[in-house]
Amino acid sequence: MAMTMTEKILARASGREEVRPGDLVMAKVDFAMGHDLTIPPAGRIMRDQMGAQKVWDPERVAVVQDHFQPAKDAASATLGRMTREFARDMGIKWYFEVGQGGICHTVLPERGLVLPGELVVGADSHSCTYGALNNFATGIGSTDLACVLALGELWFRVPESLRFVYHNRLGEWVEGKDLILHVIGTIGVDGARSRAMEHTGEALRHLDMEARLTMTNMAIEAGAKNGIMACDGVTEEYLRDRAQRPYQAVESDPDATYERTFEIDAEQVPITLARPMSPDNMASIDEVAGTRLDQVFIGSCTNSRITDLRRAAKVIEGRKVAPGVRLIITPSSHEVARQAEREGLIRTFLDAGAAWTTATCGACLGGHMGVLGEGEVCLSTTNRNFPGRMGDPKALVYLANPAVAAASAVTGVITHPREVAREPLGV
Amino acid sequence: MTTSTVLRGRAWTFGDNVDTDQIIPAKYAIYSLDEKKLGEHAMEGVPGNEGGWSGQVAAGDIVVGGSNFGCGSSREIAPIAIRGAGISCVIADSFARIFFRNAINLGYPILQSPQAAEAIEAGDELEVDLQEGVIRNFTKGDEYRAEPFPEFMTELMRMGGLVPWVRQRLEEREGGGD
Repeated sequence: MAMTMTEKILARASGREEVRPGDLVMAKVDFAMGHDLTIPPAGRIMRDQMGAQKVWDPERVAVVQDHFQPAKDAASATLGRMTREFARDMGIKWYFEVGQGGICHTVLPERGLVLPGELVVGADSHSCTYGALNNFATGIGSTDLACVLALGELWFRVPESLRFVYHNRLGEWVEGKDLILHVIGTIGVDGARSRAMEHTGEALRHLDMEARLTMTNMAIEAGAKNGIMACDGVTEEYLRDRAQRPYQAVESDPDATYERTFEIDAEQVPITLARPMSPDNMASIDEVAGTRLDQVFIGSCTNSRITDLRRAAKVIEGRKVAPGVRLIITPSSHEVARQAEREGLIRTFLDAGAAWTTATCGACLGGHMGVLGEGEVCLSTTNRNFPGRMGDPKALVYLANPAVAAASAVTGVITHPREVAREPLGV
Repeated sequence: MTTSTVLRGRAWTFGDNVDTDQIIPAKYAIYSLDEKKLGEHAMEGVPGNEGGWSGQVAAGDIVVGGSNFGCGSSREIAPIAIRGAGISCVIADSFARIFFRNAINLGYPILQSPQAAEAIEAGDELEVDLQEGVIRNFTKGDEYRAEPFPEFMTELMRMGGLVPWVRQRLEEREGGGD
């Protein structure tokens, strides 16, 4: 029977010849991840309630200190300590301490821990990010994670697949972020609920790995179970010096069944933002240009990798952050920060008057270092703008790509990057 | 922990796409291990509930949501906070997938019923028969059916969630029966 790549991975992991959408399977997990908010409950459930004394395979688990770390208060320090002790007691091989890792969804791909053909789970909703590397990756809860840690397997309902075909090439200044905001704006925040989003087409071939990760990262904002892409030369090049294990890529059969196929002309997609208070509240840059801002935030697992910072730096180089606005830049990993330092990007940002922070989830989820107050307006390169996501429920958040963020920080209002940048970005 | 199969309470209604940041704002994630504390802040992120919500809830009351209830983050503290507030079950037009998984894994009763979500109004007196999958609205004299879940999920809920299921598997493994 013809299968999609999502179905092939779930079939292989559950030891079956084939699976169909709707099947419930018990599948073996290739890699699992938890962080400082999800490891403490998962560890307690695994040990105290399930009675497991060790994890199924300490080499296939990552534990990352990222959400409220470096500890934002005493209670977060306790969660950090419990996370650290769990990793130590269980002999977790891939433990990332503050200052050595960063945001889980940037760290795992950059360390080559999540690979094509694999089944990956993370106790964080944006675990769907990894699917750009041709794996089935999905977010789970803490009890789920406890089950995986104890047994190395978990139950799944095989999802129906939606296919998104991107034709032609992206316009200038348009990025992976704009494509995915366009799709979410088109299908809605529950438009792919519990389904697989398979992205394909010519436009993707011209996108680098980081732009692809931005797209699968936001599968959850359309309600999807996972986002997935094929493995091509770009994927293999990215993994060449990173992959920690041998891997076997999967392809969708040409006659695989999709619940629905969406055709998108990438050339026609404008710079796209999401207005408050929902990621599907789509607007083109022209519709929201001129909106006054209090804060600009470049950060998160969505859009704060090195290519994102390069784009932002190119726009802001030699310019200053507008009076009355603050620009906060949070690199998404320690490696990203090191690379930004080597390339002189940090200097560019500091000279412009931006605040440069350590790698953490930070302001994205209203944690720390950039939480919004009542009535404040923020343009953010993150993934969600539901009420209260970045702080006060009456704060207003616009989602956008990093070049738009940098340009808007310079003018203090939402601005097309071509109005600020001295030269086109080039690709 | 197994739950009684007939639940009674007043309805608290919510709209579509109520996300986990509204159910339990991330700042309360520091109370991840304290269900009571989480319960005190449940639904506080819903605009209009800034002053608190759970104080008005009577034990056994029922939350009725629209479509895509519980979308957003994977935080399992979302259903835990609702449970901690004294809510006996959640009815919705549809659930976001991680909230759905988390509730099933916790053995916390949820019912998917577009019909009920559409008809029920705030304050309606409800009775939910989990065994039958029937929701009775005493205020309106109506009855609604919940959509049946696959057998494995129903079984998990009946067992009290994923914890007893894993415990059983671990015992089987240790028993040497592979």
